[in-house]
Amino acid sequence: MRTLLDRIWADHLVETLPGGAGLLFIDRVLLHERTGGVALKSLEQANRSPADPSRVFCTMDHVVDTRPGRTDATLMPTGGAFIKATREAALAAGITLFDLGDPRQGIVHVISPEQGLILPGVTLVCPDSHTCTQGAFGALAWGIGSTEAEHAMATSTLRMAQPRAMKIEIDGVLGEGVTAKDLALHLLARFGSSGGQGYVVEYAGSAVRALDMEARMTLCNMATEFSAVTALIAPDDKTFEYLHGRPFAPKGEAWDQAVAYWRTLRSDDDASFDAVLSVDAAEVSPMISWGSSPQQSVGIDGRIPQFAEVSGRDSREAWGRALVYMGVTPGQSLEGLPIDAAFIGSCTNSRISDLRRAAAVLRERKVAPGVRAICVPGSSAVKRQAEAEGLHEVFLSAGFEWRESGCSMCFFSGGESFGAGERVVTSTNRNFESRQGPNTRSHLASPEMVAASAIAGRLADPRKLAS
Amino acid sequence: MDPLTILTAVAAPLLRANIDTDAIIPSREMRSVSKSGLADGLFAGWRYLTIGSRDPDPAFVLNQPAFARARILVGGENFGCGSSREHAVWALAEYGFRAVIAPSFSPIFRSNCVRNGVAPVVLSEAEVVRLAEILTADAGHTPVTVDVRDQTVVGPEGFVGHFELDSESREMLLHGLDAIELTLRSGEAIDAFTTRDRALRPWVYL
Repeated sequence: MRTLLDRIWADHLVETLPGGAGLLFIDRVLLHERTGGVALKSLEQANRSPADPSRVFCTMDHVVDTRPGRTDATLMPTGGAFIKATREAALAAGITLFDLGDPRQGIVHVISPEQGLILPGVTLVCPDSHTCTQGAFGALAWGIGSTEAEHAMATSTLRMAQPRAMKIEIDGVLGEGVTAKDLALHLLARFGSSGGQGYVVEYAGSAVRALDMEARMTLCNMATEFSAVTALIAPDDKTFEYLHGRPFAPKGEAWDQAVAYWRTLRSDDDASFDAVLSVDAAEVSPMISWGSSPQQSVGIDGRIPQFAEVSGRDSREAWGRALVYMGVTPGQSLEGLPIDAAFIGSCTNSRISDLRRAAAVLRERKVAPGVRAICVPGSSAVKRQAEAEGLHEVFLSAGFEWRESGCSMCFFSGGESFGAGERVVTSTNRNFESRQGPNTRSHLASPEMVAASAIAGRLADPRKLAS
Repeated sequence: MDPLTILTAVAAPLLRANIDTDAIIPSREMRSVSKSGLADGLFAGWRYLTIGSRDPDPAFVLNQPAFARARILVGGENFGCGSSREHAVWALAEYGFRAVIAPSFSPIFRSNCVRNGVAPVVLSEAEVVRLAEILTADAGHTPVTVDVRDQTVVGPEGFVGHFELDSESREMLLHGLDAIELTLRSGEAIDAFTTRDRALRPWVYL
């Protein structure tokens, strides 16, 4: 009868509060310098401290410089102050800090799995909307505000009503060259940016089981774009294999005990969900966003939609505004649209498998003249692994910049950006107006499509480049 | 946090869908490790003529004299989507907003509102559209009342809407409660849970 959400919820319910909300135990709190520093500082100002600092972790990712040879200095004015204030507050609070220069540093949702901080069945919160990424491990991991992060640190709990549960059953087989990113954009295009409003979404079905852990993270990553509280995927042998031997994962007898518990973490066959959606994986194409909301996405072989085609999801105002902002017209082909820049990075698509697939496209090819191309590995560990495999040589000789890890140009914080009106094909998660720089135009895609487009100098279908 | 029971104020219509937190407070406007100093950056990309400038765009609703003192904002569906940055709510609150009315909210933004004494008011799409039309025609002459106690919105032209609010959020808003203070009263229950849980899931504790 119970869903996986019910199960995790029950195992963390400290008490039911007057009015029916739950006081939920929180196993892990993750922070970064953009929104976590202010939470630590505010906690300190209130003369409070983390109830259990050993379960609180902080990294530097959001405003750090990603150019080679970086220091605390940032291109973002006052960015250095965020780094220093967060460092001081983290040290004062006695929490674990993955600072600049630490080999474990990286984007929070990339390093948490690498370090074994996320584990099946845990509750994990972070003042960052893409915390849903980590639901790929069968954990309840979701984004909160800074004030709630203070609450989670001070009390090891959060007060919240149990969200509704949605199941998205994805069966069938993804086509050749179709990725988890395409699946995430397909769901957004089909069900809309409000499609998961207020739900915890469980991704299930044979196509989900077939995804490796990094692909599952990419799929779960964009649950926040779907307006869901978070997403999760029941853990299986792939999950356990990924976590085995990670620094903060249990060891020895504790590992065996944990796996025995983790194997019980699944929705019952007769579990009742508040909503169920079904998708045939074979219907998913390599996707590209055309507008300024992630739901404004189509297959790369598609065209900019007429209003009638999207009227169920977009208002005429939103559709028209996106056309003007993006400089496109209804009926226009996406494939072949000239680009100015290409970006591979972010918590969506910057893991080693993402870089391997992009490098496979780039090998012995060159970025088109006039296109600025940048690759930012998701973590220092991903960067080291890529370099050990020689992938950096592939990126560099193709004409990509090869960076230190961080969130980088996924968003504009006042430092580096792409130019006004520039068209950027990007492996990130948000194509909002001015997201990547003042008046930049972002097209969301998989890393391989970004790589193929960088070579063509135009939006391109990576399947046509495959040798 | 100041309690919020009844708010009677000018309401400004900004009826766009998917107003994201980047639009509410662009990342470039988050300049210090602080919850304040953000009001100037509120809607900066729409409110000012050029990026980084402070020259008001007269077309933007909050720059129109009729709506300059608005304390209630009426927005489109999926309001507050995108980044979890609580700075979006801090900026709205510092500017003076105590309520946002929309057909739906992003879950994180909604929760951030409650934690900062800003009422997230959900009305139906049709009601929000009608209210925005009335407000535009009325040009800020007649205030709107948001009553958190009986969960109603009363506006010009006989507009009346009812909204749902979970009891936890309602209590937080009505009494301006500090959630941490409240939860610390459950200290014994938390300790008891931890003792039980350490036996059940020892690997969680580091």
